[in-house]
Amino acid sequence: MARYLAGRFAQALLVLWAAYTVVFVILHVLPSDPITLQLSAGGADISQLTPAALHDLKARYGLNDPVGVQYVHALWHALHGDFGMSLTQNVSVGSLIADKLPSTLELTAVSLPLMLVGGFGLAHLAVFVRWRPARTLLARLPAVGVSLPQFFVGLLLIQLFSFSLSWFPATGSSGWRSLVLPAVTMSLIGASMLAQLLTRSFDDTWREAYIVTAQAKGLSRGTVQRRHVLRNACLPALTLLGILLGYTVTNSVVVEAVFSRNGIGQLTQQAVLGQDVPVVQAIVLIAAAGFVLANLLVDLLYSLLDPRVAHAAGTG
Amino acid sequence: MSTAPADSTVRPPAADPTPIVALSGLSIAYRQGGQLVPAVEDVDLAVAPGETVAVVGESGSGKTTTASAILGLLPAGGVVTAGHIEIAGTDVTAAPERVLRALRGTVVGLVPQDPMVGLNPTMRLGTQVAEAVRRRGVDRRRAPAEALEALERAGVDQPVMRARQYPHELSGGLRQRVLIAIAIAGRPRLLVADEPTSALDVTVQRRILDHLAGLVADSGTALLIITHDLGVAADRADRVVVMRRGRIVEQGAPAQILLRPREQYTRHLLEVAPALSHAGRVVPAHAEAPPAPEVLRLDAVGKDFRLPRGGAERVFRALDEISLSVRAGQTLGLVGESGSGKTTALRIAMGLEQPTRGRVLLDGTDITGAGWSTLRPLRRRFQLVHQNPYSSLDPRFTVAQSIAEPLVSYRVGDRASRAARVRELLDQVALPAAHAGRRPAELSGGQRQRVAIARALALSPELVFLDEPVSALDVSVQDQILSLLLRLQNELGVGYLFISHDLAVVAQLAHHVAVLRAGRIVESGPAAAVLSAPTREHTRELLGAVPGQRFAAELAAAATPGATPGAPRKEG
Amino acid sequence: MPDNLVSADVAADPDLVLDVLAAPPAGAAPGRGAPASAAAVTTVTTPVAPASASTISGGGGPRRRLAAGTPLGRLVRRPGFVLAAVFVAFVIVSGLVPSLFTSYGPSATSPADKLRGPSTTHLFGTDELGRDLFSRVLHGSTLTIKATGGAVLIAIVAGLAIGVISGFCGGWVDGLLMRVVDVLLAIPILLMALTIVTALGFGLVPMAVAVATGIAPGFARTTRAEVLRVRSQAYVEAARTGGASWGRVLLRHVLPNSWGPVGVLAVLDFGTAVLLISSLSFLGFGTPPPAAEWGTLIAGGRNYLITSPWLALLPGLFVGLVVFSLNHVARSLEEVQR
Repeated sequence: MARYLAGRFAQALLVLWAAYTVVFVILHVLPSDPITLQLSAGGADISQLTPAALHDLKARYGLNDPVGVQYVHALWHALHGDFGMSLTQNVSVGSLIADKLPSTLELTAVSLPLMLVGGFGLAHLAVFVRWRPARTLLARLPAVGVSLPQFFVGLLLIQLFSFSLSWFPATGSSGWRSLVLPAVTMSLIGASMLAQLLTRSFDDTWREAYIVTAQAKGLSRGTVQRRHVLRNACLPALTLLGILLGYTVTNSVVVEAVFSRNGIGQLTQQAVLGQDVPVVQAIVLIAAAGFVLANLLVDLLYSLLDPRVAHAAGTG
Repeated sequence: MSTAPADSTVRPPAADPTPIVALSGLSIAYRQGGQLVPAVEDVDLAVAPGETVAVVGESGSGKTTTASAILGLLPAGGVVTAGHIEIAGTDVTAAPERVLRALRGTVVGLVPQDPMVGLNPTMRLGTQVAEAVRRRGVDRRRAPAEALEALERAGVDQPVMRARQYPHELSGGLRQRVLIAIAIAGRPRLLVADEPTSALDVTVQRRILDHLAGLVADSGTALLIITHDLGVAADRADRVVVMRRGRIVEQGAPAQILLRPREQYTRHLLEVAPALSHAGRVVPAHAEAPPAPEVLRLDAVGKDFRLPRGGAERVFRALDEISLSVRAGQTLGLVGESGSGKTTALRIAMGLEQPTRGRVLLDGTDITGAGWSTLRPLRRRFQLVHQNPYSSLDPRFTVAQSIAEPLVSYRVGDRASRAARVRELLDQVALPAAHAGRRPAELSGGQRQRVAIARALALSPELVFLDEPVSALDVSVQDQILSLLLRLQNELGVGYLFISHDLAVVAQLAHHVAVLRAGRIVESGPAAAVLSAPTREHTRELLGAVPGQRFAAELAAAATPGATPGAPRKEG
Repeated sequence: MPDNLVSADVAADPDLVLDVLAAPPAGAAPGRGAPASAAAVTTVTTPVAPASASTISGGGGPRRRLAAGTPLGRLVRRPGFVLAAVFVAFVIVSGLVPSLFTSYGPSATSPADKLRGPSTTHLFGTDELGRDLFSRVLHGSTLTIKATGGAVLIAIVAGLAIGVISGFCGGWVDGLLMRVVDVLLAIPILLMALTIVTALGFGLVPMAVAVATGIAPGFARTTRAEVLRVRSQAYVEAARTGGASWGRVLLRHVLPNSWGPVGVLAVLDFGTAVLLISSLSFLGFGTPPPAAEWGTLIAGGRNYLITSPWLALLPGLFVGLVVFSLNHVARSLEEVQR
């Protein structure tokens, strides 16, 4: 088991390194000229610079080196937690991110439980409600949830609960009231996807032969659901949960834009708008790290919940 | 032969006036597309306390639906349209779930069909049994101990260890025993066993059925066996009920059903069941094997599989120095239980896998290490028929396309001549020419297997490999396919390498028989010798486990002298 | 429009009767009302779809089977599917030829009519410069369809190629390609898209490339799984022992039998692409004004949310409906195949 975990951890680090490399390649090797791109983003007008000044400026950002050398430098510094200087704001990328991360984590911390409760709750209702029209409606609801664009949901919530009912503030990042609408918006897609998968998974599991065995023992519907269906049906949902967890940073981009919250998402938007390459590179690395970490957790949970996986892990 | 486990004297009708289960005029239908499609019609059936009743039928006979109805566990869409279900004297036809639930486990217990999927994969076995124990009102602390007792009574070895294991760590036979433990843990008055052993090897099947019979005899529990095998039913039951298309065709004591069947359908079932048709014994169809040239030879072939890391042994020896030879125009039957290596042997002979040791010779030519392209010209001479006709035909191909595919691959003939060949082949396998345009989804299992056989014959091979070609089919269809294979051999002089787990089936086709066990050939020789006078214990055990031998003596006495065993019957 | 298609199922399902009867008056708008009525009918009837779906997929009596035999026949008998497909077709046609459905120019200002609410003359109302919003949405379709179509096309070609090669070759080729796909999947789609937009700049083409790069790995995964599934089928082995070459097996057996789930995913990916592209343009990475994709329209309407909520919400609803319809089409296709 320990060997299995060590192997998975090494694999996760490898994926992370590869993801960093892929992003570096995209940002530095694609046809767009990274030098002009970065310099113009830094507020300098190239045509007004003397060649000497241009050279100095490039040297400041280490852009005179070959791409390979730049890559090794960047990777080496990144390994030490140093992501370089932002091109648009005159601060280090590390401090920028440290500044914005808490707000996004706060948002995630609220939206994650909402997502889980919403997803599981809806799926459970869809299994347990016997009245057919209601059941059908519950089963179809998540399909609507996954189709609505996040910005539309956010604007709709603002229109309803801020402007019409004045229950919650429309924007800002102060106080718990300002968290409610963004958190609901952020959790909606995840909850819908989770509910969709779970509803299907519950249905499939109820059709398994071992459910008949359980029912033939004389167990009630509730007991069968709790003791036999739930655990088996949740196994496929775990994988999705890992992905949803890993998408936190991504999710915050649109939500923070809609609610004007000052977090990683907004930083991402600004960085892309300003073509601030070091910031984008660092954010993608953080997002990928989150993704890899979430999946590592899911794998661990999997081996705890499914004896078959634990068995395979023990021998392999 | 030491076969009949239940005593062969038929018990008198039960004295107890209230049967545990009484179905009267029961009709069940499934809701499909806004219509009711009947599955069971007007069934009267009662099981008295302590009685063993067997319901026999082919697929679609409604036997499983009847069993589900007794437990109140009809699948979604199933409705009782007429009649009554009484359990222990109370009418539960329209009873609410709460009432039915109180009866399940404690009054009626279920031994489900497939042990591989009948247990919750993520729950310890002990817990699963304890759940059933708790239904009797046993205290939470006492439940684990009683669960162990139930496991022990069901014949599970090392119950303490097994209780802590998960289903995937057990073999199929053991899992079936755990399912029996669950069923008896609630001390029900009736056990419903739905095809309890059809997924298992014959020898395991026999041991489990023996054990089940012993359990119910000891505790006075009634037993309702649902089975497709008339032999199993006759061996085990006090009363046999034959069902067909949702209706009861005939019922009575096993001796009466077997020896003096009143209905045409029952007689038909008896006739097509390989063991029963031959006076309850395995009788080879070919009494002698005339000398014939050898076509294919496996010479001391061995095969090792590398196991995933972590196990005690690195290598699994699937085949250990086996030698076989298939003769022109004759059939070699290769018999073995699951895991005996028979499929590996076939795949090596077919060139689909490479042996670790030994040689494969086709007409004296060594084809052992030959690659696909060197083997390709030779492949015209030997073809394969798969086990499962439901997956061996491309769902998008028409019958004609499937049959013509080998011709196209080898660029034999032009469009017109291929079409003519397809018509000829369809005729040979007794399919109407109109079926040429159909797709597999529109065909029955037997028809699909005919198409697969026609495809294998398209290139006029000298040798056809048959991988359990009838094990997925109903008995009567099974009989038709076997007769077809026999006729084709007579007409075309094609040789077969026939693989099966069922000695009775092999007996109908084989000139020579080889019995495989754990990768070794236990016994081989002419079919007549191996099957009639086996020298090895394993062969005897296999022969003894063939169901339907309870009335062997009577059947033999009643058999009409004119009937030649194994003669090809008319195809239906 | 859907009446004759729906009637067959009305008899079977009482719930449906109520919904179908309720639907037409709600969305009964003449002429240019087509999208609004389609929208209303879709929202009202789709919740019923699974009920009729289950009855149809069950097979049924001999009379029903005649019409419901082929997959296409079964699809046409699903009112939800028909509505969704018709709506998607409408969006595509209106995006290609917007002048068919609206007489207003997308950038024709009319200051006198600014910020008018939805009415029969201006279906979606007008914006701050008095431009007809419905016309702007339809002209936005043109851009979005181009970007989406381009993105999905690139993703399908790349994903199919990788998936088929990986699944069919197996061995180290498969190992290598799948590791690359794993790495790409570890970068969330939107972030991958943002990275590419950073590198390539803003606009339609970079967005299409960005979204394609985000979608392709998942597509490759599914394709590979399907190819592997079909490859292990007994009929493939039967074809091989019947002398067929791998090329023939690939063309005649593997590809035709694996396109089902792959096709479903392709339709789903259209929905994903629409969402991604409208998100990107909402964030301000799309075509520069005055041309406006759906996302840009919504971002612009946001400033008038208090006084004129329709400016942001109606285009948003429109995007949601497009994605919902695409998802519904994909889901129906999947259910019919089962």
